[in-house]
Amino acid sequence: MKPAPFSYADPTSVEEALDVLTAEGEGAKVLAGGQSLLPLLSMRLAAPTTLVDINRVPGLDQISAGPDGVRVGALVRHAQLLASAEAAGVQPLLGRATANVAHPAIRNRGTTVGSIAHADPSGEMTAVLALTDGSVTVATPDGRETVGWADFFLGPLETSVHGPAVVLDAFFPALPERSGTAFAEISRRKGDYAVCGAGVVVTLDDDRRVSSARAAYLSVGLVPEVHDLTDAVVGQPVDSADWAAAGELARGKVDPDGDLHASADYRRLLVATLTARTLADAGAEAARRTA
Amino acid sequence: MTEVRTERAISVVVNGVPREATVPVRWLLSDALRHGFGLTGTHVGCEHGVCGACTVLVDGQPTRSCLVLAVQVDGREVTTVEGLSRSDHQGGQVLHPIQEAFRECHALQCGFCTPGFLTTIAAGLDARDPSVEITEEEVDEMVGGNLCRCTGYANIKKACRHAAATMREAATPTEMAISAGDEEAGR
Repeated sequence: MKPAPFSYADPTSVEEALDVLTAEGEGAKVLAGGQSLLPLLSMRLAAPTTLVDINRVPGLDQISAGPDGVRVGALVRHAQLLASAEAAGVQPLLGRATANVAHPAIRNRGTTVGSIAHADPSGEMTAVLALTDGSVTVATPDGRETVGWADFFLGPLETSVHGPAVVLDAFFPALPERSGTAFAEISRRKGDYAVCGAGVVVTLDDDRRVSSARAAYLSVGLVPEVHDLTDAVVGQPVDSADWAAAGELARGKVDPDGDLHASADYRRLLVATLTARTLADAGAEAARRTA
Repeated sequence: MTEVRTERAISVVVNGVPREATVPVRWLLSDALRHGFGLTGTHVGCEHGVCGACTVLVDGQPTRSCLVLAVQVDGREVTTVEGLSRSDHQGGQVLHPIQEAFRECHALQCGFCTPGFLTTIAAGLDARDPSVEITEEEVDEMVGGNLCRCTGYANIKKACRHAAATMREAATPTEMAISAGDEEAGR
């Protein structure tokens, strides 16, 4: 189908964008990459009265990687982030997760920040923002504020941002020392929505023993959720850590829904399997970075 | 204050030709190509980004034309399947290697999905180092975002490898001549 009629504005600054959003009221919606929004329009699941296209706002397409982390601007495409060696050097989860976002044609257009603002619990980057304890910068007519991930995601496709606002960037803190990451997902076809996915971070102490193991999941809860699995493996030497026990611990912590694609029990099974698998990979990477 | 509109003038270079049009803002790029510019080579399948049939190149990058508004390509360059071939400077056209390979390998049956495959694979092949042999992973990544319900993909993947080999030959004539010479010297 075609999108229902709407009006369109293409401001050239954040301030102009906020002016239009304010003037147009509740029915106005920000358009960035559009790879989630336009399907919703075409399927008539959403019918905004006005689209405020921020693609002409200069300066929002920058990735800045520093010692503290990676800041990703609102117009950075998935493909741009995937290709950024600087970003992957500071926080390897960014490249690893982005490689799982849909297909190249979607990644060429879709934006990382847009998919976070879309707040789909099956989104890769929502999970990565949560796992890295990241935040977003939100511009409103009252000014700019930093919102942590836990305060940002309220429910499926719902964030705490209401009224006229533009998410300007997302900040992903750097990977700590002596740490490794991994990301994996199961989908019916590569590039499709994940039936279940997991991103993990393992941190070791100076003796190469596990000091922290954390995981975030896709398509498991209503919002991205992070689970601390350290208890199952704490103090264990990284080469012989019982990652399967951490998987079992995770299986007991999650409470997924069943749907057409997978029952709740099957999703729990995938959580256990993906957790054990990714933790082993992340542990091996952490060991290499600790040597 | 930024103007809020229901129609907007756009200027876009389509297959090398500058075009001007005033389009309803709710038109998708696929609508503008087919109904505005009469370029019906771009096929519209699912119209929500899943099937890949409508894929075109925006500034050289494969893009779903059903997931971009026509007003968003103002000032950009768009290449459709009609623009993949090159002039032979004698009044004719030379097909892109992937187009030749599709014919050679029988990589299409009904042809509905073909324009999306051709644009996606052509961009993928043009972006890679042609002197390096293509891997199965690269081929899978190139065709993975497009649905074909006729061929079972075997011949499409064969065409990818065939086109990559053709482009490899074209890219390394000297090297191959030298290695052939070495072989002769060795005998």
